[in-house]
Amino acid sequence: MSSRSDHALGSGAERMLLAIPLVALAAAAAWGRPATRELHAATVATAADTAASDLGVLQWAISARPGERLLRVCADPNNMPFSNRAGEGFENKLAELVAGEMHADLQYTWWAQRRGFIRNTLKAESCDVVMGAPTSFELVAATRPYYRSTYVFVTRADAPFRIGSFDDPVLKRLRIGVQIIGDDYANTPPAHALSNRGMTGNVRGYTVYGDYSEPNPPARIIDAVAKGDIDVAVVWGPLGGWFAQHEPVKLRVVPVSPQIELPYLPFVFDISMGVRRQDLALRDTLDAILARRRAGVDSILKEYGVPRVERPAVPNVR
Amino acid sequence: MLASPKLLCGTFSAPARTSRCARLLALAAVIATAGCLKEKSDDKPVTAAVSSAASSATGLPTIAAAATTADDGQWLMPQKDYANSRYSSLAQITPDNAKNLKLAFTFSTGVLRGHEAPPLVVGSTMYIVTPFPNYLYALDLTKPGAPMKWRYDPRADMSSQGVACCDVVNRGAVYFDNKIIYNTLDGHTVAVDANDGHEVWNTKVGNINLGESMTMAPLVAKGKVFVGNSGGEFGVRGWLTALDAGSGKIAWRAYSTGPDTDVLIGSRFKPFYAQDQGKDLGVKSWPGDAWRTGGGTVWGWLAYDPELDLLYYGTGNPGPWNPEQRPGDNKFSSGIFARDPDDGQAVWYYQWSFHDMFDYDGINEQTLLDMQMGGKTRKVLVRAERNGYVYVMDRTSGEVLSATPFGFVNTSTGVDLKTGRLMYAMDKAPQMGKVVRDVCPSSPGMKDWQPSAYSPRTGLLYLPHQNLCMDHEAVEASYIAGTPYVGMISKFFAGPGGKRGVYQAWDVVNRKEKWSIQEEFPVWSGTLATAGDVVFYGTMDGWFKAVDARNGTVLWSFKTGSGIIGQPITYRGPDGKQYVAIESGVGGWSGAIVAGNIDPRDSTAALGFVNAMKDLPKASTKGGMLYVFTL
Repeated sequence: MSSRSDHALGSGAERMLLAIPLVALAAAAAWGRPATRELHAATVATAADTAASDLGVLQWAISARPGERLLRVCADPNNMPFSNRAGEGFENKLAELVAGEMHADLQYTWWAQRRGFIRNTLKAESCDVVMGAPTSFELVAATRPYYRSTYVFVTRADAPFRIGSFDDPVLKRLRIGVQIIGDDYANTPPAHALSNRGMTGNVRGYTVYGDYSEPNPPARIIDAVAKGDIDVAVVWGPLGGWFAQHEPVKLRVVPVSPQIELPYLPFVFDISMGVRRQDLALRDTLDAILARRRAGVDSILKEYGVPRVERPAVPNVR
Repeated sequence: MLASPKLLCGTFSAPARTSRCARLLALAAVIATAGCLKEKSDDKPVTAAVSSAASSATGLPTIAAAATTADDGQWLMPQKDYANSRYSSLAQITPDNAKNLKLAFTFSTGVLRGHEAPPLVVGSTMYIVTPFPNYLYALDLTKPGAPMKWRYDPRADMSSQGVACCDVVNRGAVYFDNKIIYNTLDGHTVAVDANDGHEVWNTKVGNINLGESMTMAPLVAKGKVFVGNSGGEFGVRGWLTALDAGSGKIAWRAYSTGPDTDVLIGSRFKPFYAQDQGKDLGVKSWPGDAWRTGGGTVWGWLAYDPELDLLYYGTGNPGPWNPEQRPGDNKFSSGIFARDPDDGQAVWYYQWSFHDMFDYDGINEQTLLDMQMGGKTRKVLVRAERNGYVYVMDRTSGEVLSATPFGFVNTSTGVDLKTGRLMYAMDKAPQMGKVVRDVCPSSPGMKDWQPSAYSPRTGLLYLPHQNLCMDHEAVEASYIAGTPYVGMISKFFAGPGGKRGVYQAWDVVNRKEKWSIQEEFPVWSGTLATAGDVVFYGTMDGWFKAVDARNGTVLWSFKTGSGIIGQPITYRGPDGKQYVAIESGVGGWSGAIVAGNIDPRDSTAALGFVNAMKDLPKASTKGGMLYVFTL
């Protein structure tokens, strides 16, 4: 599929070698590829040569009206710690960082990040970038991952048990909360891990959709741990990490193990920024900024308590 | 592709199998013909015959007398009558003159999403309810071109678009006591004065912030309005709610899961089969408190038998857990209730698909018929179900009298009439991390919400449906509300024969297909039967068709502007002539690729339906338009 090959061209560590984009540039010219592809290659080459240069200029030549500098971000207005309308989430901070690097104004398109989110925002072209998406998410062209996190066990810090593995026998005696999605019978990886181990009766589901009239609807599961409704929640790292800092009682956050369960149930995911599949020039601009501002990105993630598994396995462009 | 002759012929009922095999052989000559032919001769029907219905029948089944009305040429509820016959006694349009049908007038609704509703005709006014934002239009049939009298806007919550599953459809309004009553996507039931369009009452019955939307057409009986919710995908707990038709006040609510007190199960509850008997099954057939978010939403069709004083309706699939995480039957999802309309008390229940694993919502229409069986008249309901079987049930008791496949089914091998249990084929069960291929029928089932019609003149049930199978597999990563996960993805594709849609005339007594028309796209429209022996339906590529009710000959067709997923009706105009009306406007689950501007490369979008509909954008664009025809 064309989208797949575009993606393959644009991802992977090899792309970081200066030679590859230059070859691509030459090939694009020779084969008469579309202008965006040439610009994409040219952008990367420029980035490698002059890392501190203003990459935004090239980008705006192809995706915005002349003279206008706008970073249009698609985001959920009510989903801390990721984003909210008040700009308090770490994805808000990352958007500000990127906009600053581009010398662009920041503009949001708000939409609940549910089924149809990409279709109604990014694909409807009302905005150009989502600040967080799994690197292997099919619906977008993803940047190189800028963090890797993991599902975590969240318990009260004063709990008499410390759980780090789905195979811990104590789990069978606990009330376990997981988030449910209900996407054609798929749910969060912990939900499947527990059913794989025969744990069903002691598992309580919290819909990730929650009640949208409340603040940060996916966070109810963390509230439930704090209130003692459940003994342990198994949630995606950033959610656990942030609310562990903000609940009235102290919570403990421990990464799950294993990291992947066979045949195919990962608990660790790489997260990227995402753009429309064809907007590879913007994608590369973002990649260059993420590489150049690695320290700033890490600092934001740390501030929000995002549990990190390890640094993304991609070398710094510099 | 389906490649095994056993797979193709193994479980299909004998009468229909022959033609299926013939079609398939034409398609793929490499398939071992001997396999098909041999199996045909020695294969036993999967469901036992009941009594000797076919041979001893003295007449064709009739529409339950108490549940139908003398046809006065109006169309007051989507089902036409309480029996869900969608049959009109108007007979000016016949197989001889149908070719002379001409466009009488049109009306643009100004809305572009999927138009699944039928118009209503009350006296000399036509009413149209649109998809979200759920406008109600009144058209004056006494004047040339049927000009608009007024438009009512319920001012539905815009955010409901983001949380409604599938498409923002509405399946119709109902007329009662000088009011037009319908549901809005954001969870309100509204009653509008039929004369001047002012709002009489507006009751919030669902919570859109929980993902609870409303798309179904209400039914009104004994002064109560019965409505149900949608949104099982979001962890919504299903219910049927009764409102006072005069005031809009909620009279009772019966949940589809939970303790008997919530489900309104008491001393009158007498399910026929052991599988449905017991205390608090709505809790006990789930692990932990999974019932609290267990689905079983009520977004389909209701029927009512005034003589038995029983209300009938189906419940949606269980959710939103993956099947492995909800061991048990998951009562009372994917089944049918019979209730007392006055207090909501359950009288019986039967579960079509226990512990559903395939998204087989149980919400389709049930047609109430009186039928000669074994020398006596049985009060039955006939139901073409998602799981692929036409059920004939005793509607007084909930006993299944027969269950016969009406297309190719391999997710189950039949229905055990002794226990009432669907006999699943476990090799087709979806499982995380496992690729399961050629699952038939696919999630929309053999037939989805699109309602059938019954003609007492032919004894045939006219079934618009689909012929789709699916593959299940995992995708690398999906993302919802900041949470990554491995998605289970279905991709739908045409079933045996290669055509995705079927318009089928089903012989109710002999439990077999009388004739059928194959369509390129799923037949997602409703249908209409008339005493002129002409039946009507529409296709997703926009053709509205008049068909000879007896032999399936297409008598006339008209290409509308957009694909048709609406419900045709007929009425007698102020000039005494018979008119036929249909709304065109593609969308819904099947048409989401057009109505939602979905990229055809996203083969797993719309829960897998897009894969089967990649060519729809070339065949139909968006656009809501009413078309009315007459001779």
